[in-house]
Amino acid sequence: MPERQPLPSRPAPSSRRRFGRRTWTDLGLQSGALVLAFLLTSVILLVAGAPPFQAYVEIAKGAAASFTDISNVLVAWVPLLLASAGVLVTFAAGLWNIGVEGQIVLGAVLTTWVLRLLQDTSLPPAFIVVLAIIAGIVGGALWAALAGILKTFGGVNEIFGGLGLNFVATALTLWLIFGPWKRPGIGSMSGTEPFPEQLGLPTVGGERLSLWSLGLGIVAVIAVYVLLERTHVGLRLKAVGLNQRAAFLLGVPTWQYALLAFLLCGGLAGLAGAVQVTGVYHRLIPSISSGYGFLGLMIGMLIAYKAIWVAPVALFFAALNIGSIQLPIVLKLDSTLSGVLQGALVLFVLLVEGARQRYSRRAPSTMVAGPVPGTSPPDDVGAV
Amino acid sequence: MEIRLIDIRKHFGPVKANDGITLTVPAGTIQGILGENGAGKSTLMKILSGYQHADAGRIELDGRPVHMRSPADAIRHGVGMLHQDPLDFPPMRVVDNLLIGAPGRLIPQRREAVSAVAGLAGSLGLSIDLKAEVGSLTVGERQQLELLRLLWLGARVLILDEPTTGISARQRQELFDTLRRLAAQGKTILFVSHKLEEVEELCTRVAVLRQGRLVGEALPPFRVERLVGMMFEREVTPGERFACTPGKTLLRLAGLGAEHGRIRLEGLDLEVKAGETIGLAGMEGSGQSLLLQTCAGLRPVTHGRIYLDGADLTGKTYRQFKKRGVAYVPATRLEEGLIPGLSLADHFLLTENKPGFFINRERGRRTAEERIARFNIKGTPTSPVESLSGGNQQRALLALVEPGSKLMLLEHPTRGLDVESVIYLWSKLKERCGRGEAIIFTSSDLDELLRYSDRILVFFAGRVSEPLDAATTTVDELGELIGGASRSGDPVDAVSAWPGGDGRAPDDAGCHASGAPENGDA
Repeated sequence: MPERQPLPSRPAPSSRRRFGRRTWTDLGLQSGALVLAFLLTSVILLVAGAPPFQAYVEIAKGAAASFTDISNVLVAWVPLLLASAGVLVTFAAGLWNIGVEGQIVLGAVLTTWVLRLLQDTSLPPAFIVVLAIIAGIVGGALWAALAGILKTFGGVNEIFGGLGLNFVATALTLWLIFGPWKRPGIGSMSGTEPFPEQLGLPTVGGERLSLWSLGLGIVAVIAVYVLLERTHVGLRLKAVGLNQRAAFLLGVPTWQYALLAFLLCGGLAGLAGAVQVTGVYHRLIPSISSGYGFLGLMIGMLIAYKAIWVAPVALFFAALNIGSIQLPIVLKLDSTLSGVLQGALVLFVLLVEGARQRYSRRAPSTMVAGPVPGTSPPDDVGAV
Repeated sequence: MEIRLIDIRKHFGPVKANDGITLTVPAGTIQGILGENGAGKSTLMKILSGYQHADAGRIELDGRPVHMRSPADAIRHGVGMLHQDPLDFPPMRVVDNLLIGAPGRLIPQRREAVSAVAGLAGSLGLSIDLKAEVGSLTVGERQQLELLRLLWLGARVLILDEPTTGISARQRQELFDTLRRLAAQGKTILFVSHKLEEVEELCTRVAVLRQGRLVGEALPPFRVERLVGMMFEREVTPGERFACTPGKTLLRLAGLGAEHGRIRLEGLDLEVKAGETIGLAGMEGSGQSLLLQTCAGLRPVTHGRIYLDGADLTGKTYRQFKKRGVAYVPATRLEEGLIPGLSLADHFLLTENKPGFFINRERGRRTAEERIARFNIKGTPTSPVESLSGGNQQRALLALVEPGSKLMLLEHPTRGLDVESVIYLWSKLKERCGRGEAIIFTSSDLDELLRYSDRILVFFAGRVSEPLDAATTTVDELGELIGGASRSGDPVDAVSAWPGGDGRAPDDAGCHASGAPENGDA
């Protein structure tokens, strides 16, 4: 029995099949993609007149040379974990939740709002922080629900809805920072007035790393894995994602599950925003989401929607991001090099996957299969 | 053109779809290709028409070896395939459809194409309006269009995959006449079908495939039992008509009206008793599916009411219909029925009644194994549904219908299935009727309608006939009604032949608004 049938459009969202006979071939191909990504980046570096090897060494040093570096990597890992885990839920339901960025922002905004409301009360600080984090989860979920409602009842594709809501979220943050929540005197790009230390998550050894947020991130990934692989809710989400019409006829309330996927993803994104406020910045800053949402989407694609790979891949991405911070200082290179590397990596992995499907033993019989049912945007991902 | 297929092999993983097939088809032959589902017919035809590539083997046309890399390549070599579903572009005009596959010049040569194709059509006795939009043509006309297109592109070998599905008896006759004329001109026709009687009527040679191998060839006069024997390794006798003892009224339609697109139903009155099977006959798109979907709660009721077991379900949602025991099984298995990417076990888990939160994989596997055994599905609990053959997909679909259902609405339940699967499926369905479930189904196979229905409704041009008694209707009568002829003495027949046997007419059976079709034009 062929393990994957001629639907190259979308990998079957199941991690169980990952560990078949093909695991080693797969691993080899993915490593090949990694090598290709580094090659392409090296070429770019050479064109820019920088020594590639040294650049990679600097990135590695920047990510793991000291305890501070490692803790910074872990700090960046948490929102990546949360965002990636979130988009896996929407991917499972066949949805492209581009709005995950905005959902992170709204999580941060609502967290900030609750902290501002309660910071001068006599409530215990720990209680305020918990309330603020819950508010962040709710904020992200509501922002996602908006995209979901636009899609379900307004016929607005979630990509366009999400994109629009991202802009609205950014504008909202800027308005808050420069308007109602501006620092005494004059508003500035550095954000709102920082909260007192006791209104933040406790950190480790003078670093920005909080074991609480780390724990939340890891629990979220495990929860999403269990949800998708072990529960009926996850199975129904996948059914909706793979064939909405058939799922409906088999008795799955489809739009309700699509909305649920948005809510869960938004909640996790909102949690990421809340963690950024309470654990990292202790205030609202203009670019609070730092692109973690988009990175989460990239990770989702990179791991072919398989929850089990979220943690290592997100860690790798976090290390790249933190490691490349050193580049401008040492090599006069822009730190966006890590972005180039990550983008190249995603492209090559998808390319290798497409090539594998095309040149595997079977001919591409999809030529005659006609349109894949329910060709929503996620269907096109694997095909490249 | 003479075709020689030499030792064609094609494997899909461990499945040998074609396992060394060698077949010679002389020019001017109408070659029937027979075989049950999964026998390798489609794969062989796809290889010959360039859609798929053989793992090994050669193709020779008129003695010259050829390599076909794509369908466009195949048509350059003179091989054209007519697919089961028309591969055309409904919103475009006929002439533009013709030009799409034609060797490209920057500016389409419409006028040339029109005159050439019109000439071709004339020589074959076909009439087709080249300026019409494809969407306005019937399935039969679209088939003719596709046939003309392939001929115009220079096809000398025509492959037809189940071409009589969904077309009327008259269109079938026209198609057969055309094919005979083409064969007389020296064209080679490959005719793939499950329907033995068609092969018997039309073909001048027959090849039978089984499990990827050529198991026999035959020349006329064909002995049907022998062909069936070769297809299945044993002779299959179609089951007897099933007698039905109707129980209480299960479904009642009172003046039902519904609308979808151009199709409208009006004032339909019908009573379906428990244990009864109602067949819906008619050309594709005459409202049969609309009636099924309305009875399933998938389409809104515009007039009248639907009662199930005495309860008024008018305006309820599909899920509420489903909860009350109405099961709808769509015709397209992988598009609407099953979820490609999920396994059989996943499907059974998905339709579990009270599933709880966590998946019980062990229970899922047990359910799947039990249903797989009961419905004779060739597959394992972990088989992805898209890896099953059509017949097994259909069995899986029926296995998914909850055991407690009362009314099954089946859209073309046996379309594309081989004889054995059809008989098997109906024996399963009739078992359920015996337990008091009722069935309403659509089919384009007249024999199936007559054999398995108790009563038949004929749909024609927006009208619905009085229910016919299937036991006393002949294939010819049914065919004429589908084509639009009226039937004399209609109401009397329907009443006196009520399958209960006591001559008592079901109170509301029949439909006043529509009455017997009066216009005899087809």
